[in-house]
Amino acid sequence: MSVIEVSELRKSYGGRAVVDGVSFAVEEGEIFGILGPNGAGKTTTVECVEGLRVPDAGRVRVTGLDPVADHARVARVLGAQLQESELQAKLTVREALELYSTFYERPLDWRPLAERLGLAQRLTTRFGKLSGGQKQRLFIALALVGNPRVVVLDELTTGLDPRARRDTWELIEDVRANGVTVLLVTHFMEEAQRLCDRIAVIDKGRVAALDTPAGLIQRTAGATVISFTPSAPLDAHELNALPALASIDDRDGRLTLSGTDETVNAVITLLARRRVTAHQLRVVDATLDDAFLDLTQEATA
Amino acid sequence: MNTAVLRTEVRLFRREPGALFWILLFPTLLLVILGSIPSFRNHDADLGGLRTIDVYVPVAVLLGLIVGGLQSMPQTLTGYRERGILRRMSTTPVRPAALLTAQMTVYGGAALASALLALLVGRFAFAVRLPEQLPGYLLALVLAVLAALALGAVVSALSRTTKIAGAIGSAVFFPAMFCAGVWAPVQTMPDVLARIVGYTPFGAAAEALNRAAAGDWPGWNHLGVLVAWTVLLTAAASRWFRWE
Repeated sequence: MSVIEVSELRKSYGGRAVVDGVSFAVEEGEIFGILGPNGAGKTTTVECVEGLRVPDAGRVRVTGLDPVADHARVARVLGAQLQESELQAKLTVREALELYSTFYERPLDWRPLAERLGLAQRLTTRFGKLSGGQKQRLFIALALVGNPRVVVLDELTTGLDPRARRDTWELIEDVRANGVTVLLVTHFMEEAQRLCDRIAVIDKGRVAALDTPAGLIQRTAGATVISFTPSAPLDAHELNALPALASIDDRDGRLTLSGTDETVNAVITLLARRRVTAHQLRVVDATLDDAFLDLTQEATA
Repeated sequence: MNTAVLRTEVRLFRREPGALFWILLFPTLLLVILGSIPSFRNHDADLGGLRTIDVYVPVAVLLGLIVGGLQSMPQTLTGYRERGILRRMSTTPVRPAALLTAQMTVYGGAALASALLALLVGRFAFAVRLPEQLPGYLLALVLAVLAALALGAVVSALSRTTKIAGAIGSAVFFPAMFCAGVWAPVQTMPDVLARIVGYTPFGAAAEALNRAAAGDWPGWNHLGVLVAWTVLLTAAASRWFRWE
């Protein structure tokens, strides 16, 4: 049985469909990412999973329970980090952790959690005096302190510096290693690529693609990117005739082509035939970034 | 009722010097200032032989719960909603309603503490006799606290932001203080006015407290007015309150 099941979820605000038939299932112990442009319906989708919103249509189940009808039982197994929320301004970090621990039957010890999230030095600081990154880390701690089976993290590392971001990723990987299922909404491709087993790309309220990060990259037209600065200009016709070419870009004499391995071979053959040297030749796999742009662009067209 | 939430809210309340001053100390301070005016300590035939300071003790008792219920509590509650604190709590096994009940308990308790302080200072600094009909006095006081909290809950329900809560709170605050007799105690009001004021929550509370203080049972009509207001306002608050 899937830990999270969402099928044909729909939610409109003022007649505008924000979520328009989203379906996915998250398996136990999986880190599942939800990726998409701003306003794509990501947050509304996870808020339906958290039971904060009532879907207009469709089915949502968390460990087999309805998050709205069975809210109390779902809340016991689901930890949430919300995109926009605060705590009482004069509540200290320690008090917040202690308070939220009492809400659950078998909470984690909050001390090691605070330690890992770099909050150990801030225990007596009031919420209102914390920096954005510190608030964010406290909310991650509060999402985990109940020892949940499922954690929903909406914009996990927004506002964190690169060091804290990497520490947080390690923490999430450890959490998953203990069998916790993670649903992650993110903007950062690097984060999605590093953490997620599978990703649903949501665009305009629909699932544009659902695959592993590698699968998403492979299915884009330009999975391989080759770039170089030719020693002499190349004929535009010959370039455009390259096999499996997805895109071509000439920026101040530096050419960037995307396509497949076949395109790469053909480029090298072409260069040899024309006796042109390729300076600073780079051949790289496309990133999730490219795949994301490709997928969401397609849906726009 | 969640005790951990209540303990936290009590702790947070103690960190609000403004609320502590205006709810707990200001009513008694006002009493002390009025009591320092020599003529207010003279017996007055217009007040049925009472001294001005005598009739101001119930006013001070009501003042704390008006400040707490109408000014402080709506600010806190709308702030909790506005800043997503209620929302965050609704993802935990504890319902956000626990925060509301904790808040009401805190402000209700503070109002009662403020009332007790006013009574004690009145008794020991100005020899104002303690209420003679004590059960009746306590009943009237508790009903008045409930009415103030219910009125505050309605203000919180109607206010989208803390700014609006402040504005509505102040708009209700001054009439409430007038009815409680801050400017002119109910006993000194003209008959018609006193009768009208007697139908408002704090006017009824003032009448009930005065009668119990003098040793009579507070009168079911005034207690009934308080109960009716509490029921009505509670229904309105639960009808209109929005969690986000």
